[in-house]
Amino acid sequence: MKYIDEFRDGDVARKLAAAIASEVSPARRYRFMEFCGGHTHAISRYGIADFLPDNVRMIHGPGCPVCVLPIGRVDQAIRLALEHGVILCTYGDCLRVPASSALSLLKAKALGGDIRMIYSCADAVALARRNPDKQVVFFAIGFETTTPPTAVAIKQAAALGLSNFSVLCCHVLTPPAIASIMEGADEQLQLDGFVGPAHVSTIIGSRPYEPFATRYRKPVVIAGFEPLDVLQAIRMLIRQVNEGRAEVENEFSRAVDRDGNRKAQALMDEVFELRESFEWRGLGTLPYSARRLRAEFAGFDAEHRFALAYRPVADHKGCDCGEILRGIKRPQDCKLFGTVCTPENPIGSCMVSSEGACAAHYTYGRHKSA
Amino acid sequence: MDATRVPESRKNYLRPLDLKHGRVDMAHGAGGRAMAQLIDELFARHLGNEWLAQGDDGAVLPTPGGGRLVMATDSHVVSPLFFPGGDIGCLAVHGTINDVAVMGAQPLWLSAAFILEEGLPLGDLARIVASMAAAAREAGVPIVTGDTKVVERGKGDGVFITTTGVGVLAPGRDFSGRLARPGDAILVSGTLGDHGMAIMAGRENLGFESPIVSDTAALHGLIADLLASGADIRVLRDPTRGGLATTLNEIARQSGVGMMLQEKALPISPPVAAACEFLGLDPLYVANEGKLVAICAQNDAEKLLTAMRNHPLGRRAAVIGSVYADPQQFVQMATAFGGKRIVDWLTGDQLPRIC
Repeated sequence: MKYIDEFRDGDVARKLAAAIASEVSPARRYRFMEFCGGHTHAISRYGIADFLPDNVRMIHGPGCPVCVLPIGRVDQAIRLALEHGVILCTYGDCLRVPASSALSLLKAKALGGDIRMIYSCADAVALARRNPDKQVVFFAIGFETTTPPTAVAIKQAAALGLSNFSVLCCHVLTPPAIASIMEGADEQLQLDGFVGPAHVSTIIGSRPYEPFATRYRKPVVIAGFEPLDVLQAIRMLIRQVNEGRAEVENEFSRAVDRDGNRKAQALMDEVFELRESFEWRGLGTLPYSARRLRAEFAGFDAEHRFALAYRPVADHKGCDCGEILRGIKRPQDCKLFGTVCTPENPIGSCMVSSEGACAAHYTYGRHKSA
Repeated sequence: MDATRVPESRKNYLRPLDLKHGRVDMAHGAGGRAMAQLIDELFARHLGNEWLAQGDDGAVLPTPGGGRLVMATDSHVVSPLFFPGGDIGCLAVHGTINDVAVMGAQPLWLSAAFILEEGLPLGDLARIVASMAAAAREAGVPIVTGDTKVVERGKGDGVFITTTGVGVLAPGRDFSGRLARPGDAILVSGTLGDHGMAIMAGRENLGFESPIVSDTAALHGLIADLLASGADIRVLRDPTRGGLATTLNEIARQSGVGMMLQEKALPISPPVAAACEFLGLDPLYVANEGKLVAICAQNDAEKLLTAMRNHPLGRRAAVIGSVYADPQQFVQMATAFGGKRIVDWLTGDQLPRIC
């Protein structure tokens, strides 16, 4: 595949790995967090750890949309399907996220809930148009990448005057999650830098990361999701560390600039406002870290339409997803990993999506810890 | 039934089925580990016998005269009913012929059972049955008995077809997923993922168009050529639902071995690779309906590859990896990028109702 294979070239990877090996200082260690699940997936799938010297360690961060979804939000979606009889639409990975009472959306579907996996939120609007006698709810999750399409769907529904379409909005923001890691977990983690998000940064640009570089003195290198992107970003982080710099650099310049996609940002601002607080799985309740529909669009807000209360639910006692999402533990450190908790029967959300740290390690890398 | 009993060492990985509160969900039909568990803990537990326990695509059965029969059955629920390169009718014929043929048997007869939904246009049914007839005629395997049931509107989805095939197995021919040995070579007869991506493109909600057509085909002619080549073949299997990855994991488990694939050697057509990239799918897990996986003695790999490539259905055949001793039974892949990773069982359902 043209324009993709070039970023997966094994020969270039070996040269980059040799360059990294020659640039690291053997006397010190390098601990970098990749924020995004997309990077976690690439690191596991392409075996990028095999290319790194022993003193360079990658720590998985919380940037996997389904991983940070708390049980209480999945419960709300299940209640909509089972108690309110709506057609509930969502993206595929959401279906297996564990919820209360040993349920998930997949199991709620087997109990009779009308739950549909869709590829685009425009499909949910189309479903609402085709089923005027049914309420259709789009369970909207994800970071800044998936938020603008949801805004478009809501505006489209408003333009069409659809009275049977609404959104259960669980869109979250990247910068508050990074700040939470910096404020909370870093005493234990002692990170030396961040691999910054790829697709999220195409929307928000590189500017929002600048405070992390200045305030916390941590280098940030924004990287694409291809394996050579990740290796190159690691090399750039190592150089910053070696030179004592803490700057925002952009490896993914073919898609990201400092300002991001202003049109998408304007759309998000038009349709959504910030919630005062939002519960994340693993990170706790973070202020101004998620979005809800503005008052003008309240008619399309499923929480409003169905008077859904939010009830927080504690995670499974043995599950270490919280520590894993904050980078404090590795998947194989959790006693449930690979025994009680597997991709077929996930106990925690990190075992669900292939972008989740546990599922990525289980699926691609568990032979190394076996 | 294409899964055997789980070895004791593996059982710890799985939580038992929850027969009290659990429900069937879509993952139970996806061809991955959830389905293997359902077969093992429910079907095999109640129905188990020495023939079912063979755990291959078809059962090898003794006849009173001292010969051996192979019997295989397969239900087809594909959606949409008509897709680029085929339809549910020819698929139902090819799928079962292939399950008989991969046991090394000559397929002789088929049965067909139809579950029709009230309201199905008769014209559609006629197209489907004509397609079955053409496929059976071309394969030289007649449909000799059948059954028809109708369910109320909303209780089915147009038409579901179950076919059963019977064939004869020549003396001395023994192929089974249990026979792969360390050192063996792994071959595949052509490009991967064509059927699954053709179905995907045929589904209206995706709104993408592609030139990909299903590879649905009867493989018994190709298999007859491979048998005639004299290569020392241990395992033949058609990697349908769950794709190559699932088939190889099944064989690794049955034989108690590990496998190492070479990503660079995998034949994948550029449109399928691009469509998979676009949709976030892995072609190793996408269904095929006219491809063959063969495992043979390493020394015979070239001979078998040549035999495959000499048949019209095997032009793009390739040696894709080898079998090695591994008590963990991992299927691994040396990636084109230069790392190594596991190629695991499929989890969940990438594409429901693919066949």
